[in-house]
Amino acid sequence: MAQKAIREYDGKAIFARHWNEYFDGFHYGFKSVLVTSGDELRAKAKEHGFEWLNQEPLVAKPDMLFGKRGKNDLVLFRINKPGDVTLEDAAKWIDEKQSHEVTLLSGQHGHLTHFIVEPFTPHTQEQEYYISATTVGEDDVLYMSAEGGMEVEEGWDEKVNEVHIPISMPDSDMEKMVRSHVPADIPAENKEAFISFAIQFFRFYRDMNFAYLEINPIVMLEGGNMAILDLVARLDDTAGFMMRDAWGDIEFPTPFGMEDQSPEEAAIAEADSKSGASLKLTVLNPMGRIWTMVAGGGASVVYADTIADMAGVEDLANYGEYSGGPTTGETRFYAETIFDLMTRYEDPRGKVLIIGGAIANFTDVAKTFTGIIQAFEVYAEKLKAHKTKIYVRRGGPNYEKGLKDIKEAADRLGLDIEVYGPETHVTDIVRMALEK
Amino acid sequence: MSRLFTKDTQAIFWNNNKTAIQRMLDYDYTIGRETPSVAAIVAPTSNSKFEKFFYGSDEIMVPLYKSTTEAKAAQPQADVLLNFASFRTAYDVTMEALKIGGFKTIMITAEGIPERLARIMNQAARDAGVTVIGPATVGAIAPGAFKIANIGGTIDNIINSKLHRAGSCGLVTRSGGLFNELSNIISINADGIAEGVAIGGDRFVGSVFIDNLLRMESNPDVKYMVLLGEVGGTEEYKVIEAVKDGRIKKPIIAWCIGTIAKHFSSGVQFGHAGASANAERETAEAKNKAMAEAGIHVPASFNDLPGTIKEVYEELRANGTIGEIPEPELKPIPKTRRSKQFICTISDDRGEEATYAGFPISSVATPDTGKGIGDVVSLLWFKKQYPKWATEFIETVMKTVADHGPAVSGAHNAKVTARAGKSVVEALVTGLLTIGPRFGGAIDGAAKYFKYADDNNLTPAEFLAYMKKQGIPIPGIGHRIKSLKNPDKRVEGLKKFAAEHFPRTPLLDYALTVEQLTTSKKENLILNVDGTIGILMVDMWRALGYSEEEIDEFIESGTLNAFFIVGRSIGFIGHILDEKRLAMPMYRHPMDDILYDVQKAEEI
Repeated sequence: MAQKAIREYDGKAIFARHWNEYFDGFHYGFKSVLVTSGDELRAKAKEHGFEWLNQEPLVAKPDMLFGKRGKNDLVLFRINKPGDVTLEDAAKWIDEKQSHEVTLLSGQHGHLTHFIVEPFTPHTQEQEYYISATTVGEDDVLYMSAEGGMEVEEGWDEKVNEVHIPISMPDSDMEKMVRSHVPADIPAENKEAFISFAIQFFRFYRDMNFAYLEINPIVMLEGGNMAILDLVARLDDTAGFMMRDAWGDIEFPTPFGMEDQSPEEAAIAEADSKSGASLKLTVLNPMGRIWTMVAGGGASVVYADTIADMAGVEDLANYGEYSGGPTTGETRFYAETIFDLMTRYEDPRGKVLIIGGAIANFTDVAKTFTGIIQAFEVYAEKLKAHKTKIYVRRGGPNYEKGLKDIKEAADRLGLDIEVYGPETHVTDIVRMALEK
Repeated sequence: MSRLFTKDTQAIFWNNNKTAIQRMLDYDYTIGRETPSVAAIVAPTSNSKFEKFFYGSDEIMVPLYKSTTEAKAAQPQADVLLNFASFRTAYDVTMEALKIGGFKTIMITAEGIPERLARIMNQAARDAGVTVIGPATVGAIAPGAFKIANIGGTIDNIINSKLHRAGSCGLVTRSGGLFNELSNIISINADGIAEGVAIGGDRFVGSVFIDNLLRMESNPDVKYMVLLGEVGGTEEYKVIEAVKDGRIKKPIIAWCIGTIAKHFSSGVQFGHAGASANAERETAEAKNKAMAEAGIHVPASFNDLPGTIKEVYEELRANGTIGEIPEPELKPIPKTRRSKQFICTISDDRGEEATYAGFPISSVATPDTGKGIGDVVSLLWFKKQYPKWATEFIETVMKTVADHGPAVSGAHNAKVTARAGKSVVEALVTGLLTIGPRFGGAIDGAAKYFKYADDNNLTPAEFLAYMKKQGIPIPGIGHRIKSLKNPDKRVEGLKKFAAEHFPRTPLLDYALTVEQLTTSKKENLILNVDGTIGILMVDMWRALGYSEEEIDEFIESGTLNAFFIVGRSIGFIGHILDEKRLAMPMYRHPMDDILYDVQKAEEI
């Protein structure tokens, strides 16, 4: 996926790194730290430049890509009254929050591991504004509102002004558009400043290759000081190769509540990152009866669709694909990983293995099947013990040899196999497998 | 433009992707195209001038260029750019091509071009009226006319899937892998496709479903369309609108893959980067339902798609919309092909009579043909028919340099070898082997340095200073005894010929201003015969329309020296025959003509 969410802390760090270059007439202090424990926070407070952690009242909240932290009661900004949180309070709170599993109102659950700690910023509701930008259809869209915080989300249509900015629009027109669409209820004395900030915000969003950037609220303090109280950002990670310096050291964390990758999935992801080919694996249901090893992104989707349609989604054990001409060794590793996963749990009905794929454009079918055959040699007994029925369907360069080889190997090893070429409809093996 | 490609369409292929290009040429041969579909290859880091490919069992050479600009200038008829640059450079390559202009279609294969760059690129192409296919695509095909790179797979699969001749379906898919599959399904259940495009899997692609379907609507070869969409995005709704408002009247069969996605809240990326539903209406179900409601033929599942295609096709057959598609004769690609070890582009001895650059030898050999040795040189060395003044100049040069007496080093060598009892050829080569930077080399050197000075607009004084800095005397300047007052008659002759017959002599004119300066320093620093030849050769090539780069190449490859080699061989052979005739004995150099200074070797 090209668009990847980043932590609030990393988003603010990008702002800080480029602030002077983009935000003429405004100041931003970037007083934020990202920690994974109370002790780490205490240690941070002893470092030069972080004295404010001991001197100012603090705010602490998890920084793990999920929103509505206030509603989930996961923002620490008061002990007895707003703005009285000390370093020690924050450190203890962090340790407490990460000591148990947390379930959000959305139902997502998991352990909290990363927290952002910042100074408490006293301000009035009037000083809060909303600004964000993203791509909708072919255009960029800038959203602005005179009201920030939770208010804006509750009255989105009335409170937010949108500016559609086509990709080829010159900056001078963009500036005019922003000016003419600025929310009417922004106080007159702040209007010019807000327009100026919005224009610069849009340029920053665009030049930094954000896919989504939202500050809610942005607080306009005295003397052009800006406080970014809450930030959500996604980057276009395909731009990574040209943004390395501009983004700095950026992490793309797994969204909160998503089960962490299994060791098998992680191993495939690791192999994928090292290979010119594509290797993807997601285990949907480790107890599932039907396992797939499908070549190609498009074909893998139609197999998943068809299995869910015909057998029911609970029978679909995994989703994944291999493509782009993987080596024999890579294919073998991929196949062994799947065979290993599919022979862990008994199913009285036996297992089904779909070795599917469309007609390849340039992948040598016989070569990739060699890797699968090698994996058969290792897992034949286990596959037999799980009463595995194997269905193969593939076309493309050298497919006749590939099909012949895999059939011979399976027969020799005593595996139950049926093989089909391009004369059989790509997903028809799913129907055959289920009719048996 | 109702058809994306025709049988005359030619492409410039950016990146020397030999397998993909060979597949295109195999396709061209099989379907009997008259010209290869790849007119040029852009290979910025290659130093070769061409790449060999099979065309049937023969081989052809496809020219290589360093840049798209050069390729387009040399092959202006090629109006398709196949951009096979990586995701790092694909944007720049496309933008450069749009700036050059003259391309109707640009196909971009790279996956993962930064989204903002892809949007800028797609918009720029749209503004320029250029159809972009991709990014992240395997391409497009107009069966029986033109095929991009690897689309359709191997030639066997192409024929099995009836991609070798136009059928009656217009096919648009996102996925490249499933494109092949759909072509196969359509060939089994109907009569194949007339035009097919895989639009690409990235979030922002240039031409989308609607662009391609509207073109197919106006393409008389297309009788119905098959659309294979995907979960994510709203492009299918534009097609629905076009069906509703009557811009598309031909039947469409459509299916969106990715119905599986509804079972998983988020986090699992099914398929391509573009395949992610951000809203209910972007799900595969919603789109399939909306398309069905608009009267598009939507099967119950992907597995039922073949049946739906068959139904629609047979209905169109029954009502006479689709007729019988004749099966053309195909030229099979030989199973085994051997690459040629040598290439010859100057002469051919395979026909009735051997030819020099296409001219039978008899047409240039005898006096009644009006052709001289200069014409033969122009054919065999330059593969061109030079005008009379140029061939006569070449002959003048060869006659002028034929001999310079027995004392020069080459002639002396030849004589010594001949006297040792060796054959004509052995004696000749010992003479020829002395030709180089010191003997005869002034022709090359003069051409090179005077051209450099002229190209860089150096004044004579600046040129002299430059040569002094290089630490070499100016080649082509200076004579043992001749001076301005006592001019070299050979030089006079060459200059006179040039003045009478050359259209212009800019480099000679420049060289004479240099000579004025050098002779003012020393009388015998005149432009000598080597210098005059080298300089006038440059003027000749310029007048014949060669580019400065081509002339530089002639100089670099030693072409000027070649005139000297041919001419002087006449003289050397004369000296050798002279020795043979005189039956001179073995030569031994007199010892008193050698300074002996031999020290006893020290031990170290």
